[in-house]
Amino acid sequence: MNAIADLNWTPVCNVDDLLPNLGVCAKVADKQVAIFKIMENGSANLFAIDNHDPFSEANVLSRGIVGDLKGHTVVASPIYKHHFDLVTGQCLEDDVRIPVYPVRVQNGRVEVMVA
Amino acid sequence: MSKQKLVVIGNGMVGQKFLAQFAEQEQSIAFDITTFCEEPRPAYDRVYLSAYFSGKTAEDLSLVPAGFFETHNINLRLNDKAVSIDRANKLVETANGEKVPYDKLVLATGSYPFVPPIPGKDRPECLVYRTIEDLEAIKATAAKSRVGVVVGGGLLGLEAAKALKDLGLETHVVEFAPRLMAVQVDEGGGKLLRSMIESMGVKVHTGKNTQRIEDGSSSKLKMCFADGSELETDLILFSAGIRPRDELAKQSGLTMGERGGITVNNFCQTSDPDIFAIGECALWNGRIFGLVAPGYQMAQVAVDTITGKLASEFKGADMSTKLKLMGVDVASIGDAHGTTLGAQSYSFVDEINKVYKKIVVSSDNKYLLGAVLVGEAENYGTLLQMMLNNIELPEFPDMLILPQRDGAAAPAMGVDKLPDAAQICSCNNVSKGQICCAVQDGITELSALKAATKAGTSCGGCTALVGQVMNAELAKLGIEVKKDVCEHFPYSRQEIYHLVRVNNIRSFDELIAKFGKGKGCDICKPMTASILASCWNDFILKTEHAGLQDTNDYFMANMQKDGTYSVVPRVPGGEITPDGLIAIGAVAKKFNLYTKITGGQRIDLFGAQVHELPLIWKELIDAGFESGHAYGKSLRTVKSCVGSTWCRYGMLDSVGMAIRLENRYKGLRAPHKIKFAVSGCTRECAEAQGKDVGVIATEKGWNLYVCGNGGMKPRHADLIASDLDDATLIQYIDRFLMFYIKTADRLQRTSVWLDNLEGGLKYLADVIINDSLGIGSELEQQMEHVVNTYQDEWRTTVESPDKLKRFRHFVNSDAKDSNVVFVEERGQIRPATQEEKRIQLVAV
Repeated sequence: MNAIADLNWTPVCNVDDLLPNLGVCAKVADKQVAIFKIMENGSANLFAIDNHDPFSEANVLSRGIVGDLKGHTVVASPIYKHHFDLVTGQCLEDDVRIPVYPVRVQNGRVEVMVA
Repeated sequence: MSKQKLVVIGNGMVGQKFLAQFAEQEQSIAFDITTFCEEPRPAYDRVYLSAYFSGKTAEDLSLVPAGFFETHNINLRLNDKAVSIDRANKLVETANGEKVPYDKLVLATGSYPFVPPIPGKDRPECLVYRTIEDLEAIKATAAKSRVGVVVGGGLLGLEAAKALKDLGLETHVVEFAPRLMAVQVDEGGGKLLRSMIESMGVKVHTGKNTQRIEDGSSSKLKMCFADGSELETDLILFSAGIRPRDELAKQSGLTMGERGGITVNNFCQTSDPDIFAIGECALWNGRIFGLVAPGYQMAQVAVDTITGKLASEFKGADMSTKLKLMGVDVASIGDAHGTTLGAQSYSFVDEINKVYKKIVVSSDNKYLLGAVLVGEAENYGTLLQMMLNNIELPEFPDMLILPQRDGAAAPAMGVDKLPDAAQICSCNNVSKGQICCAVQDGITELSALKAATKAGTSCGGCTALVGQVMNAELAKLGIEVKKDVCEHFPYSRQEIYHLVRVNNIRSFDELIAKFGKGKGCDICKPMTASILASCWNDFILKTEHAGLQDTNDYFMANMQKDGTYSVVPRVPGGEITPDGLIAIGAVAKKFNLYTKITGGQRIDLFGAQVHELPLIWKELIDAGFESGHAYGKSLRTVKSCVGSTWCRYGMLDSVGMAIRLENRYKGLRAPHKIKFAVSGCTRECAEAQGKDVGVIATEKGWNLYVCGNGGMKPRHADLIASDLDDATLIQYIDRFLMFYIKTADRLQRTSVWLDNLEGGLKYLADVIINDSLGIGSELEQQMEHVVNTYQDEWRTTVESPDKLKRFRHFVNSDAKDSNVVFVEERGQIRPATQEEKRIQLVAV
């Protein structure tokens, strides 16, 4: 069971490659995944969403500024500044939802699961 | 139904005001309108006429919006003079014999300068000061003169003296009365005014009665006075009062005043009810009103009467005035001379700081009757309102004129005491009630209020009062004007700037822990990054600052719509060597970048992908370039014309100054981007008056303009200082920029910042030039710190291997973003459209 599940996790980089409150973009199969390390009270949480901004149709979300808005942890697209909830992928300004992906750290490696 | 015919004779300030207000009425479509203007150009601002000598053009002074006459279908007859009125047949006859019919006729013929009947007054060097043509004649004569005399020490005379001084002449003022501005100012004020004007190098001669003008010996002319004294001069400017231009009315048999002026009733009708007279040609209740505000009121009354709003009447006007004469504030309110029965006065004289203030109060010490202010006239607005609205004086009225010490606030009048009908802006006749209505309709900002009501948009003297009325009304409505930058900080940008400075805060984490809540967002993070950079000037990619930066600042390039970046190397002043051009060209060719010349005189290279940026910078740095900060809220460019080095008209080396300024302020972080320009002469080829900081060379040094803007909301820059040497120019710009950085809101350009600044340009000039807040040297030191800690961010990044790791699209692959696709157009790349991308994908 565990072995099957592990097959779906793809290691993408070392946890040290992530800087606090910044994103990176990983290539997983033909998908682009934006991974963020968000600091809260001294501990780090990882989030992974699709890197594609549906409003500008450019692959740029990993380069957005992260933060929180009305209780949601969000990234702001660097092009037209739409905010996307990092947990659900929901856009805060429009009825659009982008894919989110599971992400974890195993032995110092960041892994994401892209179905 | 055939249209009624309306003819307006005279297109001066009041004639134009009439037309503008008439055109706004619904009924105006029922009229065919013709206006005569004997001058070669339509109405312009005579109040600011002297600005013509400090660089304003006739177009700058124009009061007519572009397309005004065409839009409103008004037949403008320039250079055409009405010579007679045939009242029986209702016809106006022109100089060439044409007859123009009218149903309603408005005389707005204004006044002419009075020249006393002195033998010799018609010599070619004897001039007057009224029209732009007069100014041109003065300029031409002054060019051949060394000495100039103004006859008349009144308001206009002192304006004219400033003009002669600006033209470089040894300037004298000759006045018949025993003091200057005898009508508005009392003896004490006149004495101080004289000493201030003399300290500026103008010689004042009072109590002089000119008897004749003869040939001079050392100069062209000699003036001989009744007391036997003489004065030699090359030019004489008569400014001894005005006389109404009433000859048309007189020969058509309208009722006239004994000493001239066309008699009008409360509706501005002459003795012929179809003929109106407004402005300085009209005589109401035996009085001529020689100021523009009463003229504007008459224009409104005439409009209302012609369109059938009979309730509107002219009932006289207050003649209080406030103006700046040769840099000296002078104000006169109401009964300045204390001629009312039983009037008493308080006065304050400070010969050290050159201030004279007097208030005239009623016999019971309860009401203000008048005031004279010389040297400092800040509370003019308050005093005027107290007098006009009969507001009871405070317990100790002397507090109104004594200086405030120990930080105590000046006694406020309390704007709620003003009735709704109180006129707050006399230039544009805006009442307190109108301002309150605008606030009730949702306006919360001074700039929006000015745009909506026009209050404070002419002379600006009432701006502070307008702000007080707005704030009081907002408070009354229970509207809290929130200036919080976002949900994470309950502070304005200015407050956060102070918190950072005062508490020596060095990172965003520290700031939000102490003064905010939550994680921050894309509003407060870049703003804090900018404030930290303005204060401490750390490298922007330092680990603790990196996550705060907008992608443009983070990647030190400008993100375009497809996620690629454009790169702009700095080209100071727009000066570039052939080798520099070739180097940029070679880089563009090597990395296949689209190139375009920008409006800021440099070259933008488009289509760079993240991984290419450090490689491109490396090559540009090796060729001697550095970052142009096109991505930052910071100094962009200092545009320049070629200047005195090559141009036959150039006064000073504009390119050299532009390079110096650009190198001084490059990298400076600010609330928004900042643009400069330097022009080598008043032809202004660098368009400096449309920039945040504009510098224009004159024969006597640099003129400094501030707070201009192009783009979405163009704003003409304001002249803040003239004839500066290099060091003073830079000192003022240092202070200006740091003061802006300290006090502006997030993403507020200098133009909007100034429009919202209480006290406006005058206050700004006081802070920058007179150092009224005592922060001048602090601002200079802070700027010096930023200048001394400048680093080329591109170079720092290229030289830091750990920073370079971030410059790739994928953290786990060297592949490029397959979504970035270019096609060719006009010999260069451009981003493919979504449609083109789909076709290409299918083809592959």
